[in-house]
Amino acid sequence: MTDTVKLVVDGVAVDAPKTYTLLQACELAGAEIPRFCYHERLSIAGNCRMCLVDWVGAPKPIASCAQTVGDMAPKKDGTPHEISTKSPRAIKARNGVMEFLLINHPLDCPICDQGGECDLQDQAMGYGRAASRYGENKRAVDDKYMGPLVKTIMTRCIQCTRCVRFAAEVAGVDEIGLANRGEDAEITTYLEKSLTSELSGNVIDLCPVGALTSKPYAFNARPWELRKTESIDVMDALGSAIRVDARGPTVMRILPRVNEEINEEWISDKTRFVWDGLGRQRLDKPYVRENGALKAATWDAALKRAAEMLKVSGDAIGVIAGDLADAESMKAAKDLAGSLGVKSIDCRQDGAKLGMAADGSKLPRESYLFNSTIMGIDEADAIVLIGVNPRKEAAVLNARLRKAWLRMVPIALLGERVDLTFDYNYLGTGPDSLKDLKAGHPVFDALTNAKRPLIIVGQGALTRSDGAAVLHAVSAMAAAAGAFKGGWNGFSVLHTAASRVAGLDMGFLPSAGGKDVAGIIAGAQSGDITTVLLLGADEIDTSKLGRANVIYIGSHGDNGAHRADVILPGAAYTEKSGTYVNTEGRVQRAQRAVAPKGDAREDWAIIRALSAYVGNTLPYDTLAQLRAKLGADHNSFLGLDFAPGTHGGSVAPPYGTAGSLQSAAFTTPIKAFHLTNPIARASRTMAECAELAAGVSPAVAAE
Amino acid sequence: MLLDKDRIFTNLYGRHDFRLEAAKQRGAWNSTKELMQFGPEWICDQIKASGLRGRGGAGFPTGLKWTFMPKVVKDRPHYLVVNADESEPGTCKDRDIMRHDPHLLIEGCLIASFAMRASKCYIYLRGEYIRERECLEEAIAEAYKAGLVGKNACGSGFDFDIYCHHGAGAYICGEETALLESLEGKKGQPRLKPPFPANAGLYGCPTTVNNVESIAVAPTILRRGASWFAGFGRPNNTGTKVFCVSGHVERPCNIEEEMSIPLKTLIEEHCGGVRGGWSNLKAIIPGGSSVPMIPKDICDTVLMDFDALRDVKSGLGTAAVIVMDKSTDLVRAIARIAYFYKHESCGQCTPCREGTGWMWRVLERMVKGEAEVSEIDTLLDVASQVEGHTICALGDAAAWPIQGLIRHFRQEIEDRITNYRQGRPHVQGHTLAAE
Repeated sequence: MTDTVKLVVDGVAVDAPKTYTLLQACELAGAEIPRFCYHERLSIAGNCRMCLVDWVGAPKPIASCAQTVGDMAPKKDGTPHEISTKSPRAIKARNGVMEFLLINHPLDCPICDQGGECDLQDQAMGYGRAASRYGENKRAVDDKYMGPLVKTIMTRCIQCTRCVRFAAEVAGVDEIGLANRGEDAEITTYLEKSLTSELSGNVIDLCPVGALTSKPYAFNARPWELRKTESIDVMDALGSAIRVDARGPTVMRILPRVNEEINEEWISDKTRFVWDGLGRQRLDKPYVRENGALKAATWDAALKRAAEMLKVSGDAIGVIAGDLADAESMKAAKDLAGSLGVKSIDCRQDGAKLGMAADGSKLPRESYLFNSTIMGIDEADAIVLIGVNPRKEAAVLNARLRKAWLRMVPIALLGERVDLTFDYNYLGTGPDSLKDLKAGHPVFDALTNAKRPLIIVGQGALTRSDGAAVLHAVSAMAAAAGAFKGGWNGFSVLHTAASRVAGLDMGFLPSAGGKDVAGIIAGAQSGDITTVLLLGADEIDTSKLGRANVIYIGSHGDNGAHRADVILPGAAYTEKSGTYVNTEGRVQRAQRAVAPKGDAREDWAIIRALSAYVGNTLPYDTLAQLRAKLGADHNSFLGLDFAPGTHGGSVAPPYGTAGSLQSAAFTTPIKAFHLTNPIARASRTMAECAELAAGVSPAVAAE
Repeated sequence: MLLDKDRIFTNLYGRHDFRLEAAKQRGAWNSTKELMQFGPEWICDQIKASGLRGRGGAGFPTGLKWTFMPKVVKDRPHYLVVNADESEPGTCKDRDIMRHDPHLLIEGCLIASFAMRASKCYIYLRGEYIRERECLEEAIAEAYKAGLVGKNACGSGFDFDIYCHHGAGAYICGEETALLESLEGKKGQPRLKPPFPANAGLYGCPTTVNNVESIAVAPTILRRGASWFAGFGRPNNTGTKVFCVSGHVERPCNIEEEMSIPLKTLIEEHCGGVRGGWSNLKAIIPGGSSVPMIPKDICDTVLMDFDALRDVKSGLGTAAVIVMDKSTDLVRAIARIAYFYKHESCGQCTPCREGTGWMWRVLERMVKGEAEVSEIDTLLDVASQVEGHTICALGDAAAWPIQGLIRHFRQEIEDRITNYRQGRPHVQGHTLAAE
């Protein structure tokens, strides 16, 4: 038995793998097959009938998307099957289908947001008639409410059911369906409610026509007007591949790019729709607090004031890096702090007990990485989630977990009992249940017997005061269950902040005698710390910073800026070239799509300028020099786009510090999925989504 | 002409009781255990030898279909599903079998399931068939009580369960894979084939879907011998068949006859002839609404079997003969059929969803003559774009009646259009529904 089948497609002989569909085999032979309903990542529906090809000898043209090559019985005389994609019968079939699709389509391309990137428009150029033969009235379909993100113009719908299949299969919410039948068939959400999925925006990309379009983007721009920049997302710690589309100085929309190793081709709603937050609440000029009120100032005045604040003993200064900080600005901040003798620096705003042991020694890299890699989830054959709610903390990763569940991989959850869009074996709420996970426990035995056991631990388990002990217990359990074996490291930490792993990698942690975030805040209240430098740190309780002078470097007027005494306006992630390390330890570069707002500057350059005002000028004048220094000091930053996985290191578990575990339940650190960072909090779209998610009905204007 | 002694459905008209005792007197459940003792292979061979072709419309050899099932039950159970979703307009044979001779069907289910190693059988009953359901359920309960089905059915050692499932009255659920979807509790939409049901059918398990009549004749074939059954009709079109004659005949009826009976004989002998005499005949739809009509000159000589009707570009279908005399407005009749298919299209795939509505609307205008002559060719072209391009056969079924109309009665449409254009009111005979 061979694994391939010989075919002749349009005269070109190909060896197609048996698992291929005929559509893929034809593409292998260089033939172009039009399609609407077929999508590589969804189940096969075979309903658009656009991909019909002529199988020589078959009575009818066949749908190439639905025919598996391996199912084509060999011909009796042993010659390969002949497929024609250009025969008159195939062409007539496609032209016919195209005509049918168009008779009830409104042909309103000039006012359609899909115009210019519409599959129907493109394929109508190839297969459509010049003029319509259809003289009857066209069908009109009522638009459906699908929430604040997805705009519907259902008359344009061609019933390909991609959105239905996406919702049911990938997103795991059976909330879109095809109601009624025949001509009256309509795509609708259940009771016309918005989808409860965090991935709902992907139906916009999947829709091959203009039936489902982006509501916030509606009528804003045309695709050919947009400048496209390939970049990296920072809304969670996955570092999903995105494309930022901008017109002039404004980001108009964000779309996913394909990256099989991280996000396949999905992104979460927060990633996709956060862009309107990039234009609101922006810090576009420096501010200095005078007589209790923030007043706009020149860069010179602001930097002078900040430098004065830093002219105190290094012990009286604290530096906190936020969740969206790029590695370059953190490196610059760390070097500046080092030159000032500051020991109290920390990148763990949430207080996670990661990166360093209780005695201050640095923990190995694999103690805080998603070691299995995200793609490793596809290989895992037993999964335990501890103190994590992947649906909220990394929505795209949750889709991958769901894919594993569809493969019948047993999944167990220890922590908050939430709807993850798939079933799991519930183990309990907190550390007490963790203690039970030992030989004899069915879930533990399942891990032991698995070839690729995977234990995912979330920040909900690690940001507690006993986080180090939890880390120790979980990694010990993982080791006992055989998660560390040749070629596989199944101990994986899921981060929630895009900046965190880079910070941990470069040791943006308190040095000997230094204070962590909680210590800095306590110190500020007690008066031990008199100056706090916040590098985009907005998730701490800034009201507790006492009488300390606060310097805030960041892009949005959020918690940090409200408390600040000096504001140095920085750039958002779409406005600078920045390095981010995702939860796997994958170093990736975000690219600058638009310029920073107003007088704002890239964050590393602000710190470099501040260092000159302080009198300890940092030894780099360009981003390239800074990156060279970063790579030289911390060589994990040298390899781009690469997840270390099992190659990361070989320090044996357990990690963390053994200690007593409290019995309080694990809770996810994410209270509102749509409002986790200053950009999202500035976004009206996200605010609307958050209200919906919290069960507040949207306000409707009186008509 | 079929003799009374050769009838399989001896209570087709419900003159006797349908219950077990009466059915047994008519021969049902006679030596079922002994038949089963010959083994599954023997049963399949006998059915193959009898030449029985599926009675649901497509005419696929039933015995061959049964052998497609895996020979051994592995990790997945086998299922027999009986398609009793008889919705083809003009067809009413299965309902008489289920109302009046349900035990023949139940016995057939047992035999067929045994031949295919299926321990469960589902009868998917059309939603509108209320009385039929009552009879069938009563008969099933009787059969359970008498030990004919259930554990150790008929004392054969074979465990067999039979269930009656009531559909919701959608035509598309008579398509075998849509029926399986509906049976699984989903929306009735046809599945892509392959995989075929014999490989992955109900709940992904090997399944055979058969028409009620195909299953109900099986026990009698086994009892009386394959050669007896094969003795009726022409080669490749053997056996007896229940014909449903409706429309403009003196006495519309269901009648079991041998295959390959001349159409004219069928109508003259059993239905009292065409209303107003054979010369008053205009056209006949010989196999249920989905097959193309044939005009009188073909009806004069054609035989009622699969091959003869195929040769005249029509089909036997479900053998539902719809007779239309000269008073019939054929365009209107076909427009009504087109409306039916537009209404019953599931909407899953493009050509049928969009094409059925288009064809119906054009035909509605043609009924009045409010169309261009060139639109006749457009209509034919649209029908050809639907036919053969869909997942299931509903697209074909929607296209064929229209193709039949244009093939044989194009002149009638053209006249209608010309008359309309000349402003003369179109004169036609009394429009009478086929009641």
